[in-house]
Amino acid sequence: MAAEVASVERAAAIARVRAATTESRGGRLALIAVAVAFLALFLLLPLAAVFTEALRQGLGAYLAALAEPDALAAIRLTLIVAAIAVPLNLLFGLAAAWAIAKFEFPGKALLTTLIDLPFSVSPVISGLIYVLLFGAGSALGPWLQRHGVEILFATPGIVLATLFVTFPFVARELIPLMQEQGTTDEEAALSLGASGWQTFLRVTLPNVKWGLLYGVLLCNARAMGEFGAVSVVSGHIRGLTDTMPLHVEILYNEYNFVAAFAVASLLALLALLTLVLKALLELRFDGRSGAGH
Amino acid sequence: MIPGFGMTLGFALTYLALIVLIPLAGLLWRSAALGWSDFWRLAFDPRTLHALEVSFGAALLAACINVLFGVPVAWVLTRYRFPGRRVLDAMVDLPFALPTAVAGISLAALYAPNGWIGSLLAPLGIKVAFTPLGIVVALIFIGLPFVVRTLQPVVAEIDREIEEAAATLGASRRQTLARVILPSLTPAILTGFALALARAVGEYGSVIFIAGNIPFVSEIAPLLIVIRLEEFNYAGATAVAAIMLAISFAMLLAINLIQAWSRRRFGHGS
Repeated sequence: MAAEVASVERAAAIARVRAATTESRGGRLALIAVAVAFLALFLLLPLAAVFTEALRQGLGAYLAALAEPDALAAIRLTLIVAAIAVPLNLLFGLAAAWAIAKFEFPGKALLTTLIDLPFSVSPVISGLIYVLLFGAGSALGPWLQRHGVEILFATPGIVLATLFVTFPFVARELIPLMQEQGTTDEEAALSLGASGWQTFLRVTLPNVKWGLLYGVLLCNARAMGEFGAVSVVSGHIRGLTDTMPLHVEILYNEYNFVAAFAVASLLALLALLTLVLKALLELRFDGRSGAGH
Repeated sequence: MIPGFGMTLGFALTYLALIVLIPLAGLLWRSAALGWSDFWRLAFDPRTLHALEVSFGAALLAACINVLFGVPVAWVLTRYRFPGRRVLDAMVDLPFALPTAVAGISLAALYAPNGWIGSLLAPLGIKVAFTPLGIVVALIFIGLPFVVRTLQPVVAEIDREIEEAAATLGASRRQTLARVILPSLTPAILTGFALALARAVGEYGSVIFIAGNIPFVSEIAPLLIVIRLEEFNYAGATAVAAIMLAISFAMLLAINLIQAWSRRRFGHGS
């Protein structure tokens, strides 16, 4: 009897403390309602609107808009640009992470800060710097023109602008990951007689593969979707220097809304695919790096 | 001894210089070449000042709204368990993944007078699309994940025992939230706010479709750079860009200072 009373009293005390360390049921429901409403209004509705507008005149009009030659050219250019920019930034990310994570040298902190620099530059300025470098008013511009080298208003300029805006993605995933892993695995492999390349390919790369995929995924999403920087350097030549996001703008400004949203829906699908893969990768390796891009 | 230092550092530095540092230095050099009086005239003419004001005002307002709603969102997504939580959590990154042009036309369609939301607001006399309010809406979308993603790990790390201690010492839940939890979230809130603000000030793609782009009313600073370029007014574009770049770097510095302060004060850096 006494034991029962004691246990009831203890349960009551636990309930009191628990009630004081979480919100009341009503408070919880209200907070959930606020959060869900805010996310629905600002995330789900815009996403739903893309597909609704794209299918407004039925599936036939949707598919016709996507099969249009200029749309296909824009899709092709976007794929080409990403296929060049992502591997280059991947290569840079691996090299920078190897140097920063495995060695000590003066200026390391400064180098890490400089790598993140492109994230704090407005996309429009990211395009402008290449216009200033290669444009008609620059020192290089006339020389390039004489030699028939096209950079601005052509694919190389679009690639350069894309490289700039996606520059930090892979490096900033790999640097903290490789720093955390230290150098013991590599030292063991080397002492067992592995060459430098063998150590990199068989030890380091498998160790960082999920973080690497994560960085590549984000890099690719931004490379295919970049608008501001590419818009400044592209020259907007239909069927020639239009990437998918630029083509969306052209169609939209021509009041061809179904076609604009049809191309936009492909980019939205790419974004959804990116989010799904990202969530899957986060389950595999707990590598969410927080905000910052 | 691990090999490859010279090769990897050499490649990384060369690539960094070619893609980032030399082009950025070019911008600074070109704006320095303008000379002080020309630079002053171009960077501080009334239209530029107004565009900077619109960019800043809208970004500031959007960052405040993102903090106001981002704190409950981060709290709910981290602390509570409810159906659909995982999907919503994954969706928070949508603004990172969705191209800005797509977000722009979609928001414009939603908030236009005949759109889903615009048609609800029109009878109330509220116009969002093609007004400065539209800019704020686009910037809320762009900044949302910065606040939520900065807060989430910090909320997850709050030691429940501190809350229990406050409760056993007689604090009500409200007092615990206001006096114990909120202060420990402050550095993360400030960092998220600054990151959202920094991103929003330079944002272009999502804004131009919904803004209306009327000079002196709803024209943002990045758009003014594009307009100057289209007029082949490279000097004008350079001056506006240099001002914006200086502001961005000042904000980057502020973010780093907040994080350093937070590490000293709270032992974690975000």
